[in-house]
Amino acid sequence: MNTVGTETSGTDTATSGASGNEALARLRRAASHRLFWPAVILVGLMLVNLPSTPDYFSIGVRHGHLYGSLINILIFTAPQILVGVGLTLVIATSGIDLSVGAVVAIAGTAACWWVVHASDQNAATTALAAAGIGLAAGLACGAWNGFFVARMGVQPIVATLTLMVAGRGVAQLIGNGQIITVNSSSYALIGGWWGPLPSGILIAAAVVVLTILLTRRTALGMLIEAVGGNAEAARLAGVRATRIKMTAYIFCGFCAAAAGLLLTSNTSSADANNSGLWYELYGILAVVLGGTSLAGGRFHIGGTVLGALVIGTLNNTLFALGVPSQSNLVFEGGVVIVVCLLGSPKFRTKVLNLRPGRRLPVPAAPTTEA
Amino acid sequence: MTDPSPVLEMTGITKQFPAVRALDGVDFRLLPGEIHALLGENGAGKSTLIKVATGVQESDAGTIRLGGVPVRFPAPAAAQAAGISTVYQEVNLCPNLSVAENILIGREPTRAGRIRWKELERQAAELVARFGLDVDVSAPLDAYPLAVQQLVAIVRAAAVQAKVLILDEPTSSLDRQEVTRLFELMRRLRDEGVAICFVTHFLDQIYEVCDRMTVLRGGRVVGEHLVSDLDQGGLVRLMVGRELAELDELADHVRTESAQHTEDAAPALLHAQGTGRRGGIEPFDLEVRAGEVLGLAGLLGSGRTELARLLFGADQADSGTLTVDGEAVTLRSPADAIERGIAFCSEDRKAEGLIPALTVRENIILAMQAARGWIRPVSARQRDELVSQYITALDIRPANPDVLAGQLSGGNQQKLLLARWLITQPRLLILDEPTRGIDVGAKAEIQKLVVSLSDEGMAMVFISAELEEVLRLSHTVGVLRDRRLVATWANGPELGTDQVLSTIASGVHE
Repeated sequence: MNTVGTETSGTDTATSGASGNEALARLRRAASHRLFWPAVILVGLMLVNLPSTPDYFSIGVRHGHLYGSLINILIFTAPQILVGVGLTLVIATSGIDLSVGAVVAIAGTAACWWVVHASDQNAATTALAAAGIGLAAGLACGAWNGFFVARMGVQPIVATLTLMVAGRGVAQLIGNGQIITVNSSSYALIGGWWGPLPSGILIAAAVVVLTILLTRRTALGMLIEAVGGNAEAARLAGVRATRIKMTAYIFCGFCAAAAGLLLTSNTSSADANNSGLWYELYGILAVVLGGTSLAGGRFHIGGTVLGALVIGTLNNTLFALGVPSQSNLVFEGGVVIVVCLLGSPKFRTKVLNLRPGRRLPVPAAPTTEA
Repeated sequence: MTDPSPVLEMTGITKQFPAVRALDGVDFRLLPGEIHALLGENGAGKSTLIKVATGVQESDAGTIRLGGVPVRFPAPAAAQAAGISTVYQEVNLCPNLSVAENILIGREPTRAGRIRWKELERQAAELVARFGLDVDVSAPLDAYPLAVQQLVAIVRAAAVQAKVLILDEPTSSLDRQEVTRLFELMRRLRDEGVAICFVTHFLDQIYEVCDRMTVLRGGRVVGEHLVSDLDQGGLVRLMVGRELAELDELADHVRTESAQHTEDAAPALLHAQGTGRRGGIEPFDLEVRAGEVLGLAGLLGSGRTELARLLFGADQADSGTLTVDGEAVTLRSPADAIERGIAFCSEDRKAEGLIPALTVRENIILAMQAARGWIRPVSARQRDELVSQYITALDIRPANPDVLAGQLSGGNQQKLLLARWLITQPRLLILDEPTRGIDVGAKAEIQKLVVSLSDEGMAMVFISAELEEVLRLSHTVGVLRDRRLVATWANGPELGTDQVLSTIASGVHE
């Protein structure tokens, strides 16, 4: 983390020269931070909206609910943040979970199936049981992945690819090939408004905070990073690597299921074909944008959240600017490439001539750049 | 000077890393047709100098001349193209490709863009035969033991008509016979006019094969001598900058004490009866008591490591019984063994020890934390205290717990792993080749540590390819041969290297 000193900010205008250089040095240091460029792109994307939507940043209250462009983005991004957080832990163990999109669909359809078959769709117990079934389905899917990866030693991409394909089939079987439409005020509440705030934002925020506490206040985070950094060395140091990996996949399944509940509750329907479609790819992009290496090891939950927000804001911006939807994917790919390039030390050294992690003492005289 | 003009001449090489100046105005010359030893303790700058010479890293200052012409190596390929070949300590080949492909990769004979496989194998077989190696070039490289792979790497490096051949600790995983073969190969290349730079920690080898030497200490050249001009004592003094008489004291210390030790019959801490694993090690009987050092000698591949792994639960035994404190146990995982106070430092620090992407602090605390379980983190205060205590006690450098473990030198990595285990206060510590590939100074420190820990009552299994070291430190000596424990003796003045060696060679003990 870069500590940008606040004590000097007041005197910035008073002094020049030396403090100017200091600011430059600080900027350089900030630029080498892994979250600098994703953050810059996020702010940039938001600013792009200003000319066409002058009230882009304003948040108002209507019928007791918060509303505004930013709120919309958050609602749209919340399920992706959930999926991304789960994926972050799996990727940190040097694994991958391609089945999250399918798990989103399974959990959503299973929950909706339960609601539709309940005697009283509107009862609170129906919604609670449906949520429980959806989450249990997610946990089971995670355990399935974890079993093959951690216990059977199947390569993660293969193990989860099968569930990615078969899982959507399972969801279609549950829904009998149809879109399940529920008519339940209590189930709709799961992804609806909790007071002035949409539940998605609250749930995603709660999961993010809890995950950070769970991994960083306990030793879980370090043990995950140890397994991802060198699984055999970790095992020989007494880390129960199998259990750690298992936990990560189960947690990832849980997060995907939560996203599935949010999505289906939001629309009061479960579409096994399209629910959570491409979520595995958006999730991986969010994780990578957030600075977690696909090779495993160090992970950054906060980074993943920022990554998901970049993707969500991009989608929203393209929509708001009236870009035809068929070119969305091209734009998304382009932005991700740009962010990854800007974050790559090699690219920065070669093209931008910003040395990574360079901490030079601030020169007394103004720098003369040749 | 009547020296012939050097092939490779490096002058004023300086390299600054964020925390440390690795090289400080180093001058280094390699003459044609010589074997030149590059010496120094861990962290003296040998590796960095080699990286600069081979284009892996660029120096901050200084010039490199090759055949008198100033050159720059921005990338390893540039150095290679200029005729500088390198073989590293860790084999950098593709184990899944055939020996022939590995030797000729990048310069395969082609016709119309297609590789001529027959011709490739013919050329490779010719090269291999020329260097006196008996391998099937069409077999995948990983069909051969590490030592042969190392020789293949050298054949590959020598096959490019190199003017300069740099061998970075090629012998650390070779046994005596293979070393002899390597030396023959080196002499042959020298006689063909190749300049060879040889990095090793084995001082005897320098006197056996080298012509000249350059000694580095703390990033500076402290001596450039003909090998015949400097004896071993002088060389060690030069490398370490102090005397190593302490080592000799050690020998007496243990030997005299070992006689007493066998008399008091403490109950066995760990007792193996008929413990074995098919394909790994034949069933063996073994006892280790508190305060006892059990030394295991034997050639590479004799089953030393396999035996240790069974005691630690890294592999599961499929026969026999293992008792800890008189209680029969089944070790299903290392975690089971750790729970019972057993610790194991693997010989393969890189693959089985270190987590390079984590910090020194995290690496040191890992085993203790794993034993406590994730739910009970070691408090930040306790952790920092313990880590700094062990960094100081073992003199780990740099003494900065925030450095990534992968950036430490070999000796310091070994100390880090020792710290990781000592923090858990094990009752039995298994050390597999703890002194391999590390410098004389660190080696002495680790040997002293073994003695003092056993004095404090810790039981140890000490595995080493260096017989002198085993005899110097152990109360009991076990010999392995062809995956079998063939003998165990109480150590004493009457047990000599000759007896152990003949047992290793013949498998028979009298």
